[in-house]
Amino acid sequence: MKRHFVTAINAVVVFAGLILLWQLLVWVLRVPAYLLPAPGQVAQTIVVRFVPLVSSLSITVEAAAGGLAMSIVAGVAVALVFAQSPWVRRMLYPYTILLQTVPIIAVAPLILMWIGSGTWAVTVVAFIICLAPIIANTTQGLVSVERNLIDLFLMHKASRAQILFRLRLPHALPSLFVGMRISAGISVIGAITGELFAGSSRVGQGGLGYSILYASSQLQTAYLFALVIAATVLGFSFFFLVMFLEWYFLHHWHESTRVPGAE
Amino acid sequence: MSDAIPEIALCGVSKRFHSGAPVLEEITLSIAKGEFVSFLGPSGCGKSTLLRMIAGLTPVSAGEIAVNGITPANAREMMSFIFQDATLLPWRNVERNVGLGLELEWATRAVRTRKVAEMLALVGLSSVARLYPRQLSGGMKMRVSIARALATRPRILLMDEPFAALDEITRDRMNEELLRLQRQHGWTVVFVTHSVAEAVFLSSRIVLLAAHPGRVREVVTVDLQSSRTGETRTSEKFEDEVSRVAGILRGVHTA
Repeated sequence: MKRHFVTAINAVVVFAGLILLWQLLVWVLRVPAYLLPAPGQVAQTIVVRFVPLVSSLSITVEAAAGGLAMSIVAGVAVALVFAQSPWVRRMLYPYTILLQTVPIIAVAPLILMWIGSGTWAVTVVAFIICLAPIIANTTQGLVSVERNLIDLFLMHKASRAQILFRLRLPHALPSLFVGMRISAGISVIGAITGELFAGSSRVGQGGLGYSILYASSQLQTAYLFALVIAATVLGFSFFFLVMFLEWYFLHHWHESTRVPGAE
Repeated sequence: MSDAIPEIALCGVSKRFHSGAPVLEEITLSIAKGEFVSFLGPSGCGKSTLLRMIAGLTPVSAGEIAVNGITPANAREMMSFIFQDATLLPWRNVERNVGLGLELEWATRAVRTRKVAEMLALVGLSSVARLYPRQLSGGMKMRVSIARALATRPRILLMDEPFAALDEITRDRMNEELLRLQRQHGWTVVFVTHSVAEAVFLSSRIVLLAAHPGRVREVVTVDLQSSRTGETRTSEKFEDEVSRVAGILRGVHTA
């Protein structure tokens, strides 16, 4: 407990130091506000434009969360198919790598062309970027079950379904969470990338990506900073939400969530 | 062979792996109901493979195995396999680990609850029913593993070096408990070990295996009274038996 407290204090001190340095740089070098606004200005902008900021944020949250949720459902389903035989895996796995290496920024305009711009298309972009880590990690978890455990189930005449649902799936849960942690962070990147191309989905309104484009074109640098901060906080929140779920579901049995020194 | 069907019968059993190298050659052996038989031999003699073949987990390359007159795969409900590591499912607590076999065999919840409680009492773990495997010591984990194996009421226990990872004191105590339970319930036990003392203490007969390829060198009947306790280990008779078997085993090694 004490160690956590010290870590928190350290983080706050470093943060305050950075803000101070930023403020000093702006003062000493007399940087114009359209290039680098002072932290105070950014804070003020956040307060003044809180309503549009939150509304942009909520649009992005919707797309990122939707894409992430879809990727979890689809990714686990694909992994379950992959787990059925090495033959299926060898045949289809290369496409997962393809999915991971294709530059999302190049594909996003295509998707928007096909689906049309709007939250749905942005969600699909987020979904695509999230999918590969879920498939790869869950498959790994499903197939890396110890031989002895499978034999144990076979000794009790377990069916294929029993082995899948009572052994492979719970065994894969920690790996699924590793994939989810990765995907949670990048789902926000996917959504923002989609929004950069999607434009405004509601009249005069768009997600963080759209607002970032708009603010930069208008040289509203302080607001641009506010949007970047919002995007970062969002990615962080997703990541920590998954971490919390991981802790909640695994802490009583899995090593990865154990606090060193506890128990 | 007598008129009664032997509990486990191996006839000319051989095993070679895909590489073609023979692992086991021409094993012929008959184990009667209620016997405690150990496979003892150097590593690489295929004793674990032999046990897995009796369980029907590894196919034989030649020869035949019959468990109570039928193929091992069909006789699985009579058998329980206990592995070298406890093979507990870390996401299930002790109670649910013990109940696993019953669950896979579609036992009702009431039956499961009753049998699990019974088994936990049998191995002395009733007080830790709600704990998870990572909270248990090595000896306790092995006890859970044994309780799980016993819950489905097998007649035959196949044990693959189950106590090899335990410290000596725990191992000795587990040996005594196992023997007591075996005498009580009349199980047939096939036990793989590389410890001469363990094999002598537990077994009615010891099958000595030679390596490369694995084959039966000698079957030794242990000359000790059937009721054995911790004191048996300190007796002169026990030491004599251990050195006799060790001597034969050395001969196997150098042969």
